Amino acid sequence: MSAFVSTSAFFGLAVSLLAYQAGAILYKKTRFPLFNPLLVAIVLTMVLLAVFQIPYDGYNAGAKYLSYLLTPATICLALPLYEKLGLLKKNAKAILLGILTGVLTTMVCILALGALLRISHTAYVTLLPKSITTAIGMGVSEELGGNVTLTVASIIVTGLLGNITAPMLCRLFRITEPIAKGIAIGSASHAVGTARAMQMGETEGAMSSLSIAVAGLLTVVVAPLFAQLL
Amino acid sequence: MKIVRQFSIITLLALIGEGLHYLIPLPVPGSIYGMLLLLIALCLKIIKPEQIRETASFLIEIMPMMFIPAAVGLLESGNTADLVPMLIIIVVSTALVFGASGLVTQAVIRAEKKSKEEQV
Repeated sequence: MSAFVSTSAFFGLAVSLLAYQAGAILYKKTRFPLFNPLLVAIVLTMVLLAVFQIPYDGYNAGAKYLSYLLTPATICLALPLYEKLGLLKKNAKAILLGILTGVLTTMVCILALGALLRISHTAYVTLLPKSITTAIGMGVSEELGGNVTLTVASIIVTGLLGNITAPMLCRLFRITEPIAKGIAIGSASHAVGTARAMQMGETEGAMSSLSIAVAGLLTVVVAPLFAQLL
Repeated sequence: MKIVRQFSIITLLALIGEGLHYLIPLPVPGSIYGMLLLLIALCLKIIKPEQIRETASFLIEIMPMMFIPAAVGLLESGNTADLVPMLIIIVVSTALVFGASGLVTQAVIRAEKKSKEEQV
């Protein structure tokens, strides 16, 4: 089994797509927030690999074509953004202030909690880019001397958290304006969160897409300054 | 041929984005350059929404699935002594950032709406 799977070009892709659909059906039937289709797909796939002792590389030989599509998909986020450009111009001040607040809150939170929990400098700079999109985050982490693998892991965990808890956090903080919802999701949980924002509404999705780019670029500028503080 | 043409435009943007990433010494990925380029091209009417719509909608719709392989790869990522504090920081800061950015945006939108109503 493992030998076949390791050479199969379709195993990883098939497993990922089927696991996602299983998650989607489960969520539709139960409406239970933890049965988020993405989370279910990840857990199901992990369990499957563990039970049948399939190495990650064997799985990824097929699944990597999904990751391959991330660049074109991210580029396409410009389309919903363009279609909400009027809304963006009208609320430019609110949107930019919101994203800037998000970036600074990320930095200050990690600094304060890091000092409180006495994490190492390496762990600190590894976490600084955790709320921005993976490719920018990897670059920032590398530049600051962080552990890039762990940065990627933190970014994914952050994104999943945002994706799963976005509707709950909106209720908790009483965020009801669609624009504000999108900015919150994108600033806190980048592209993985944006995938959820897209399902919540066009405005939410567009604003979340915008936050990915703006928060990412702001972090490139701000993170090196914060890196010296712990 | 329609979908082929749409895919070609998007692929070309990805290629130019990759080129910019190669030329500009910043940790900004090609996808972000590509996204900004597409936005500019749409604003300048170089690309019309109809020229990419179906493919863009399809890619955005299946986007959540594209994160499965990387997340499953977490199984392989190394251990660290700081694992527990790092997890605490991730959970707490994600929630706080969500609240802070969302509430600031909402407060400014509402303040602007109010001042406009008062002017009328």
